[in-house]
Amino acid sequence: MSNTSELEKKDTRSGFGDGLYEIAKQNDAVVGLCADLTGSLKMNKFENAFPERFFQVGIAEANMIGMAAGLATTGKIPFTGTFANFSTGRVYDQIRQSVAYSGKNVKICASHAGLTLGEDGATHQILEDIGLMKMLPGMTVINPCDYTQTKAATMAIAEMYGPVYLRFGRPKWPIFTNDYKFEIGKALHMREGKDVTIFATGHMVWYSIEAARLLAEEGISAEVINIHTIKPLDDEAILDAMAKTKCAVTAEEHQMNGGLGDSICQLLARKSPMPVEMVAVNDSFGESGTPEELLDKYGLGIVDVVAAAKRAIARR
Amino acid sequence: MSKSTQELSNYVSQTRRDIVRMVHAVQSGHPGGSLGCVEFFTVLYQNVLRQNASNFSMEGKNEDVFILSNGHISPVYYSTLAHKGYFPVSELASFRKLNTRLQGHPTTHEGLPGIRIASGSLGQGLSVAAGIAQGKKLDKEDKLVYVLMGDGELQEGQVWEAVMYIGHKLDNVIATIDVNGRQIDGDTKDIMGFGDLRSKFEAFGWTVLTMDGNNLEDVQDTLSKAGVLAGNGKPICILMRTEMGNGVDFMMGSHEWHGIAPNDAQLAAALEQNPETLGDY
Repeated sequence: MSNTSELEKKDTRSGFGDGLYEIAKQNDAVVGLCADLTGSLKMNKFENAFPERFFQVGIAEANMIGMAAGLATTGKIPFTGTFANFSTGRVYDQIRQSVAYSGKNVKICASHAGLTLGEDGATHQILEDIGLMKMLPGMTVINPCDYTQTKAATMAIAEMYGPVYLRFGRPKWPIFTNDYKFEIGKALHMREGKDVTIFATGHMVWYSIEAARLLAEEGISAEVINIHTIKPLDDEAILDAMAKTKCAVTAEEHQMNGGLGDSICQLLARKSPMPVEMVAVNDSFGESGTPEELLDKYGLGIVDVVAAAKRAIARR
Repeated sequence: MSKSTQELSNYVSQTRRDIVRMVHAVQSGHPGGSLGCVEFFTVLYQNVLRQNASNFSMEGKNEDVFILSNGHISPVYYSTLAHKGYFPVSELASFRKLNTRLQGHPTTHEGLPGIRIASGSLGQGLSVAAGIAQGKKLDKEDKLVYVLMGDGELQEGQVWEAVMYIGHKLDNVIATIDVNGRQIDGDTKDIMGFGDLRSKFEAFGWTVLTMDGNNLEDVQDTLSKAGVLAGNGKPICILMRTEMGNGVDFMMGSHEWHGIAPNDAQLAAALEQNPETLGDY
């Protein structure tokens, strides 16, 4: 593991675009739909290579979700692309009835999730999407952490049958995963440790690794586990880690209510109650700013993960 | 082999009986809109759709596909599917009961043959039809996608997103609007009038036909004509005038029977007006 400055940076949405192109080359059934955000979603490569399998729906997200359900009915594997806000809250009833309840094999791919969308502000910075989507019966929810993992996840979801919510983001972010096979529902150990376990998802995985490095300088051994799949949750990996460290931090770019921390707290309350500190947005909307400024202001900075780890250990 | 008007009339009478009996048995459901669309469902399923009822497949490859967008008229849908052979007619007795495949609103969730999408929350079916139609284009099929919507349902904004998409990009969709002029709170013209529906659809690039939805010959002729016109560059909209509650005199002419069930005496009167032709379930 090296310092941020030495790592190549790339946006996770490019991982989606590249993954979609790669899987479409391998699987004729893959089709794409986009609601006037082809460039933002990095779907151009797919569109240019497979124009007959790309459907521009215009600024009409509800129709896009319904059409995806229809395409899935005919045996296609539709990937819908728009911002996370317009992929979830705006079309919740369409997803609930036409996709989830109808059991359609639709992949809802959502970019610009969370605070790191940045300057566009709170109208676009959805922080409730994981909660909305994980509540739907049968919905798989995945929030990969970097370019490489997003590309692998995009290809993996085409190979499983069933509705999926794939969440990724806008900013260029360090690429720190490589050379592993992405497995839906399997937690990934990023760093070993014995004093506290940090469960992180999305962009916050990198911040958690940085936090663990700072904690190590103070003699605290923090384990970092990448929970890319929030549903179904890897109960076994989480319980195994907790049996060892006995306290946890959860870190995510999402509301505290309904996110990864919420899922882990539920699991621990049912199976093995232990202290958990949550690094997440606390019942608030975001605002305009740079990604780093926003993460700091809303309590999602590296120092916040460090402080949460110390609180968790103190409560152990 | 097309069925004669007399044969179709027998289906109509039996389907009306099924509808009122199903709704009466559980004292819930939507008889009004169901009765208004009996002739449409009968002609569509008995004489128009190129379908494989005995071996239902979700994908419907090389078949015509029907999507019911206004899912609350499930009684007419279920009765029609059963009499076409998608599932046993006896199963109609389970309508809206615990553990049934015949849920209050249609669903794929319980695996009922003939159903390809859940509907009930209004305004979504035309988008699903657009997706299926796009899939058929991709597969180079010449088969068609039929969809039925209520006129009140056109108040949902998503419908117009789909109308716009289909008008711009597809010609293998035949969308029928059940223009019965009524919705839960009253007459559609008072709740949220549409003005001239024909010009609205035409403005979006659709070919518009009209028919009397309670006249078997007109339904047959218009659906046949729509099938010929489809696939020639423009999608087809059929404005189908119907009478809610058609065939049961005391249910006609009012929105009151949208979603309430007949009592014992009303059931008897309704059955009196519609003789048993194919055998009650």
